[in-house]
Amino acid sequence: MLPIEVTELKKHYGNLKAVDGISFSVKEGEVFGLLGPNGAGKTTTIEIMEGLRERNSGDVKILGLDPWKNGYELHKKIGVIPQEFTFFEKTSPREAINYYANLFGVKVDADEILKEVLLEDMAKQNFENLSGGQKQKMGLALSLVNAPELLFLDEPTTGLDPNARRAIWEVIRGLKAKGKTIILTTHYLDEAQQLSDRVAIMDHGGIVAMGTTEEIIQKHGSGERLEIHGNKKLADYIKANTELQVKYDEAKKEITIPIEKKIDALAALAAAEQSGLDWGEIQTRQDSLDDVFVKLVSEPIEEQGNTESIEKTSKKKRR
Amino acid sequence: MVSGKRIYADFKVFSVGYLRNKFGLFFGLIFPVILILIFGAIFSGGGTGTVNVFAQNQDEGVFGQNIGDQFLAALNESTTIKVITVDASENFADYLAAHSASDGIIIPQSFSADYLSGQQVNVTVYGNPASSTSGIVGGTIGGYANYFNLQRFNGSMVIGLSSATVNTEQTSYVDFLIPGLIGFSILTSPMFSLVNISSEYKKTKLFKQLSLTPLTKMEWLISKVIWYIVLTIAGFLLMVGVGIFGFGAHVTLSLWLIPFLVLGPMLFAALGMLVGTVTKNPETAGVIGNIVTFPMMFLAGTFFPITSMPQYLQTVAHILPLFYVTEGLNNVMVYGNISGAIIDIAVLGIITLVIFVLAVKLFKWRED
Repeated sequence: MLPIEVTELKKHYGNLKAVDGISFSVKEGEVFGLLGPNGAGKTTTIEIMEGLRERNSGDVKILGLDPWKNGYELHKKIGVIPQEFTFFEKTSPREAINYYANLFGVKVDADEILKEVLLEDMAKQNFENLSGGQKQKMGLALSLVNAPELLFLDEPTTGLDPNARRAIWEVIRGLKAKGKTIILTTHYLDEAQQLSDRVAIMDHGGIVAMGTTEEIIQKHGSGERLEIHGNKKLADYIKANTELQVKYDEAKKEITIPIEKKIDALAALAAAEQSGLDWGEIQTRQDSLDDVFVKLVSEPIEEQGNTESIEKTSKKKRR
Repeated sequence: MVSGKRIYADFKVFSVGYLRNKFGLFFGLIFPVILILIFGAIFSGGGTGTVNVFAQNQDEGVFGQNIGDQFLAALNESTTIKVITVDASENFADYLAAHSASDGIIIPQSFSADYLSGQQVNVTVYGNPASSTSGIVGGTIGGYANYFNLQRFNGSMVIGLSSATVNTEQTSYVDFLIPGLIGFSILTSPMFSLVNISSEYKKTKLFKQLSLTPLTKMEWLISKVIWYIVLTIAGFLLMVGVGIFGFGAHVTLSLWLIPFLVLGPMLFAALGMLVGTVTKNPETAGVIGNIVTFPMMFLAGTFFPITSMPQYLQTVAHILPLFYVTEGLNNVMVYGNISGAIIDIAVLGIITLVIFVLAVKLFKWRED
């Protein structure tokens, strides 16, 4: 039995198809990242898996249970940090852990859990006095109280500064090392890449790509390419004198040449040298997960949603 | 299904959190006491007021001279007593009862004749031994009797005092105010808190989070209800203490108060949660909460008796749940009307049950 099996899951709100027939499964001990822009359907999907929302159709089995019908039993076996975790303002992490332990009817060493999430020095501070990162760590601590084998982390680092994010990553890596199965939603690509064994990229309620990040890059990214900073004359010269596919970006003054064999790069550079024209920086590049993501996802991720990336996306669409 | 252990765990976290929040504590406990101090001070007149004494002069007079009138006129001159004349045809004891009064004096028929002929004659002083005013009245009348004796007979006792006990207690404003303000705090503290908590928890998704633990919504609500019962009882003791020791209020404490101190917080905690549950966001919840709370605060007999309101408003008062709390508290604490209180408990019990069940049913941990 796989810990998570989702088949043809659908959820709509009126005309809006929040989740539109997605299927995936997660193996034991795997860290599975659900990646996608805001509104892609990540949280709806994860909340359906947690038994917090009812699905319209499809089959969902979490640890063999139907999360909506058997939610009460399921919740004893899973750990969850909801998006934007909050808690009672006047309660400290240690009190919160003991509270959860009493609710779950388990005995725990609160200090040990706090140590595991790197929060032992804030054990007695009220929740309201914790920083964003510390609050998330407390959420992680609470999700561990019932010693779950399966963890759902819904955007655990959203809104945190880089150091706090890395601290959370450390904790998640520790949990992974202990063999816990983890479902992680994020809209940080580096986070998905750093932590996940496999990712699924969601957009408009569907999964547009799934696999390891390498697999996704290989399948959906363009291959290696040479980029030369130069003018249009140079681009035309290379095009005329080699067999290569040459593209020119007027705005960036950038010549892009796909490289199928290593020799292609040499041919391109030889032509450039021959031309006697000026050329600047050269580099070879491969699509990153970022590039693939932008290609696959119709809307840019909000956090990177400045005008530049919107332009980039719309240009890509037009092509 | 309902686990006492989980209720206790939730109660502990909630109560500790509540006690750490000085704002909540202020509104839960201190604010009603401040109201008693303010209203008590306004209406007690600082203790310099005079005592109303109902007087029935049955004296028929002799030779056109009515010593009874002179005696009452002299009493009225005193700074401690204000004489209110009662027609000789009234049944005096009934009259006192009807006016919730305990202090009175009757001048007998033969008063002038006896006084002038030097025969001993007694005036009857009515009073309630439990009332603080009775001593003042008895003392003042005794003093004037001595004065009259001295004037004419060099102090030999011609006018004497006989006393009669009246059971109707004279209710002062502060007596009424204490049950009213206890009702006020039974309403406001759980109601405002639960409206706020349940709408905030919904917004911040804390309920969703709690739904991921074995805690049930019923357990959660019971723990809140228990906390507000504890808070209500603490507030009750505080307010009664201030009323009795600060303003000399005479209120009766009895076990019949317990149903009100339990059902009241339960009702308004559930009602608060209902408002927080059926509204979309904390802002709307606050508005609806106020719309529900404020009419009750003023029309259900908290700050003034509903008998002083026009008839249609009295009718309105009877549909407000708080009315049965304040009326019940008054019945027990002030009027000693236990059979009335039992009816209030019954009505309150039914309303509480309905609201509580409705709140638990409509309240959702999770979304669909």
